[in-house]
Amino acid sequence: MAPEKLKHLIAATLVITFLYYSLHLYLSLPVKGIPVANGVQKGKKVWQQNNCTACHQIYGLGGYLGPDLTNSYTLRGPAYIKAFLQTGTEVMPNFHLNEQEIDALLAYLQNIDASGKADPRTFTINTNGTIEQ
Amino acid sequence: MVPLNNKKRTVSGLYIVAALLLLGIGLFWGLTGGLQYLIPGFLKESLSFEKVRPLHVSSVVFWIILGAMGAVLTYLQQHTGRQIYSHLILKMQLLIFIFSIIAILISYCIGMFGGREYWEYPPLLALPITIGWIFFLINFIKSVKSFRKQPVYVWMWLTGIVFFLFTFLESYLWIFPYFRNNIVTDMTVQWKSYGSMVGSWNMLIYGSSIFLMDKINNNKTYSHSNIAFILYFTGLFNLMFNWGHHIYTLPTYAYIKHISYAVSMTELFILGRIILKWKSSVSIAKKNFHLAAYRFLIVADVWVFLTLLLALFMSIPGINLYTHGTHITVAHTMGATIGINSFLLLAIAFDILNDTCRSFVPYKKIFNNGYWLASISLLVFWISLIGAGIIKAKWQLSTPQTLFSDMMLKLRPFFIAFFIAGTAMTTGFLLIIYPLLKNQLLCYFKKNSKEKKITGYYPSATFRIE
Repeated sequence: MAPEKLKHLIAATLVITFLYYSLHLYLSLPVKGIPVANGVQKGKKVWQQNNCTACHQIYGLGGYLGPDLTNSYTLRGPAYIKAFLQTGTEVMPNFHLNEQEIDALLAYLQNIDASGKADPRTFTINTNGTIEQ
Repeated sequence: MVPLNNKKRTVSGLYIVAALLLLGIGLFWGLTGGLQYLIPGFLKESLSFEKVRPLHVSSVVFWIILGAMGAVLTYLQQHTGRQIYSHLILKMQLLIFIFSIIAILISYCIGMFGGREYWEYPPLLALPITIGWIFFLINFIKSVKSFRKQPVYVWMWLTGIVFFLFTFLESYLWIFPYFRNNIVTDMTVQWKSYGSMVGSWNMLIYGSSIFLMDKINNNKTYSHSNIAFILYFTGLFNLMFNWGHHIYTLPTYAYIKHISYAVSMTELFILGRIILKWKSSVSIAKKNFHLAAYRFLIVADVWVFLTLLLALFMSIPGINLYTHGTHITVAHTMGATIGINSFLLLAIAFDILNDTCRSFVPYKKIFNNGYWLASISLLVFWISLIGAGIIKAKWQLSTPQTLFSDMMLKLRPFFIAFFIAGTAMTTGFLLIIYPLLKNQLLCYFKKNSKEKKITGYYPSATFRIE
């Protein structure tokens, strides 16, 4: 086969495989169809509108100035988180969230907490380099 | 089509000038963010970290994006020997991006967010960026005309432009409840798009640097060679399928992680080739060290090796478990965006902006100081981040675990080193970009540069510093 045709064939194969992979993922999402409470939706909005991810991580993804909050709802409890949100800290400003916004953010954090465990200590490493929880 | 001349080409050069200004702005915000790590509460009431971080990140991301666009649009004209398909589209694209970037930075300053990490601005601002990118795609395709028997860099440019558009749109799927209703689903799609998006702009920059390499060597053999295409397809394969290494700890499908792990390991081939070729690379580097553009290509080569090595380790899930969520990830990002992307873009900038009415020779000392200061301080910066990452990794896996704030106190010496190195690096970069911007500005007002007709493939001599 002429090299030019071979290049086109490889590129076409890769693109088709990529599109199939993407489409397959969109149609069979890891978790779908679970009704989400309004508070959770609103909490996600509060999270994004205040750019919480600049300092905090979820599943180890996000900023590095504050702690990972994936399982903070279980580990610290809603009252502890609420106190932080109401006053701020030496580093974190007080965002002056109202009661509804704080409740929504707590519902969002509770929802994240229920999705799984982010603590690396809960994983085991297999001999082939993969990890399991 | 109208033949290429220097005056027309300066429009694409303006992208590089705008990009360099954004680099300066990004460095300023980077230092401000660094200070906020050292002085808790610094600017907390007016410009707290959740504003400063996106100001820094977006400025440098747009430095990379605008720089990559400027490189492609300029080199495309040099490659074809013709002007770009539409100068109107070229200007509109630049204006759209400049206004969007200004709006984005203002939105951060006033605390108006709504998006997600890396694209934190209100989602409506994604619309002009998409339109601007479609203009880029149209101009590119219409200018290339035929994709038959093109060198590897044209393939890379096309790949970068198409995949950036795809992944940018994909990163906004969260606006639909179907995708955003569950955090695991949302983050899976988010990191699928982000992982490939970085690969997309890498394609634009690496493609441009291959063009520049050919130009310096006055030889197009490499860009048509089989090895160039093998490396390109390896890169494309990774762009498409290795994004899963970002989400090894997310409770998503296991097959995503296994595919990513296996695909990432194909990069060992690229690493092996770098090691095998190091001797000839060093001898070529010695030969061309007097060229400013080439110096940046050399230092970027070192960073390709370091970053790839780190990336390969981080792609092994068992090791990623330790590095994930730590500053080792930041070190990897800094190695890629500063060590590779920024140095390659500076090489390109020195080539493209060389063709001004004023000489660079009086700036030789400033350039040399800036070059060495930026190169050495980046290494210190990188090592301090890895040091901080190791301490955090140990903390993450320790039982019982001390408080987060206590762990952060232990990282303080690394943050001090990181800030000092960051300040030195910023100074180095400013010394490098100062002559570029000064000459552009003076020549813009002087307007005495005669239009020179460019014939063929190698239009300008690269700035020599000896």
